[in-house]
Amino acid sequence: MKRQTVVGLALVAGLFGTLALAETHIVAAGATFPYPIYSKWFSEFKSEKGVEINYQSVGSGGGISQLTQGTVDFGASDRPVTDAEIAKMKSKPVIFATVLGGIVPTYNVTGITKDMKFTGEALADIFLGTITKWNDPALKALNPGVNLPNADIVVVHRSDGSGTSFVFTDYLSKVSPQWKSKVGANQSPNFPIGLAQKGNEGVAGLVKQTPGSIGYVELNYAVQNKMAYGEMKNAAGNFLKADLASVSAAGATAKTLPASITNAPGANSYPISSFTYLLIPSKIDDAAKRAAIKDFLSWMLVKGQTYNEGLDYAKLPASIVASEQKLIAEIH
Amino acid sequence: MSSSAAVSPPSATGAKPTFFSRLKGGDQVAYLITLLFASIVLLIAVLIVYVLWQESSLARHKFGFGFFTSQAWDHNEENYGALPFIYGTLLTSFLALLFAVPLGVGAAIFLAELAPPKISNALTFMVELLAAVPSVIYGLLAIFTLVPLMRDYVEPALKSTLGFTPLFTGPAYGVGYLAAGAVLAIMTFPFIISVSREALLDVPREQREAALALGATRWEATWQAVVPFAKLGIMGSIFLGLARALGETMAVTMVIGNVPKISASLLSSGYTIASVIANEFAEASSDIFRESLIFLALVLFLLTIVINGAARLLIIATTRKGSS
Repeated sequence: MKRQTVVGLALVAGLFGTLALAETHIVAAGATFPYPIYSKWFSEFKSEKGVEINYQSVGSGGGISQLTQGTVDFGASDRPVTDAEIAKMKSKPVIFATVLGGIVPTYNVTGITKDMKFTGEALADIFLGTITKWNDPALKALNPGVNLPNADIVVVHRSDGSGTSFVFTDYLSKVSPQWKSKVGANQSPNFPIGLAQKGNEGVAGLVKQTPGSIGYVELNYAVQNKMAYGEMKNAAGNFLKADLASVSAAGATAKTLPASITNAPGANSYPISSFTYLLIPSKIDDAAKRAAIKDFLSWMLVKGQTYNEGLDYAKLPASIVASEQKLIAEIH
Repeated sequence: MSSSAAVSPPSATGAKPTFFSRLKGGDQVAYLITLLFASIVLLIAVLIVYVLWQESSLARHKFGFGFFTSQAWDHNEENYGALPFIYGTLLTSFLALLFAVPLGVGAAIFLAELAPPKISNALTFMVELLAAVPSVIYGLLAIFTLVPLMRDYVEPALKSTLGFTPLFTGPAYGVGYLAAGAVLAIMTFPFIISVSREALLDVPREQREAALALGATRWEATWQAVVPFAKLGIMGSIFLGLARALGETMAVTMVIGNVPKISASLLSSGYTIASVIANEFAEASSDIFRESLIFLALVLFLLTIVINGAARLLIIATTRKGSS
């Protein structure tokens, strides 16, 4: 009886062993924001090179914790990993920026036809609850000639922890001292006021439903759903509407990675921009997996980038591509 | 099923030893196998408590009993408390029952006693259908119809008439405790109808006929003779609805506003235990944050047990009163 079980187990193990040899299966998990472009990349890469990468879009926090537990081969995150999180991992991750995204203030104000203009300070005051009316003098001064109604502002933010919230609050912390001291940058910020909804779709849905509301969503989400969103004043003093070029321009100001590129310098930089990252362990024991992952990274930096704009993601600037191509050698 | 308790036939057990003795060998096997199946229930319950208890140890030690009374939900300071969530869970469930019980029991009386069979059958089929609709669909219905209705008509009307009480103050966004209570009422309504109707149908004909023979009108017979007889089953239906309301997640999170604060006004936004777990668990980055959410799950589990226990006691108490 016992021997039979052992033989059975050996057979099963052998079967799985041969399957694993026949094809390299790579498992990854993390951020939801880049999921559409990642799934495009992974399917193109599979059809070109025959290597399958399975990606679970569970959120940045989930990606980091799964990488720490070793249940995935690599992780993905919208926010930089903290030192404390790195300390828990088996090997220090090598961090690759993959695409860029922008975050836009989206609003629902009846009777406004022009795009509204915002500064970071005004946005911080709205989300702190110091500016409570649409016809507040600060907003009127920014939007001359716009017929702003005497209506209450309803703030809508995320109810779930999110890289989007991290980037948004990171930006507000840089431009508003009050925001920095009262709330700070966090993926689950303690918003002092407002209603909360889960996901970009939840925030967008409630903003669409609620007259007088304002929220923040990813640029590609706003573009694909044809939502109204405002222009932001950047560090150089220009008002810009987020688009792929202005987000990419903000990315080009990064010298080292990972970098916060909110409120980036440069006349054409959109101020609420961010990279999203892959976290690759610096030490991968399985030689086949290591080769496949390195192969994917080289492919992603050149061929992969050509798919970005079709899906409303900004391309990596050439300087970043060049430095990341050198970074691949750090994976052993 | 529990509804038929009111009319269970007087002791069918007892004089059947021959039937059992004939199947004695197979009987014991069947006994053991079915016992094993039944013990899965106990195993799952124990496992839930064990896992929640084990996985929340950090939060339990840090916050202790203070967790139940603290209103903090602060990610920067990593200080967490359960009170706003307990409050929101109980308040929305209470509102749900407040709306759904009179409507549900009333509808059940119509379907079981008063309606012509054709209408009754068609509507009963619809009720069963509604009971099976996934909750996220009710959430969508709520976001697109209930919330605008609340914001534009119901809440302004409440504010202008009852605005002097603290219950109906503050801005009317449409989302909040009232909207959550209303969507929960819509969701528990079919359960209450379905179970109450069965309880009413199980009332013996003699009960009705006796009342009618004494000269009662049809409504008097229904209200004074039939409904009291089915009281147990109707109460069972209410507790079934309450259980659903307490644990409901998706539909509530879509309309409650998700704000971890306690407000007296029913128009304000709040939070429930189930919805904060659904919203925040996936991205709970620090250990204490994640364990606080698991601690909340334990609190919800205990809350459900306490309420179910209270329901049992209430049923026992009322049956004693009825029989004496």
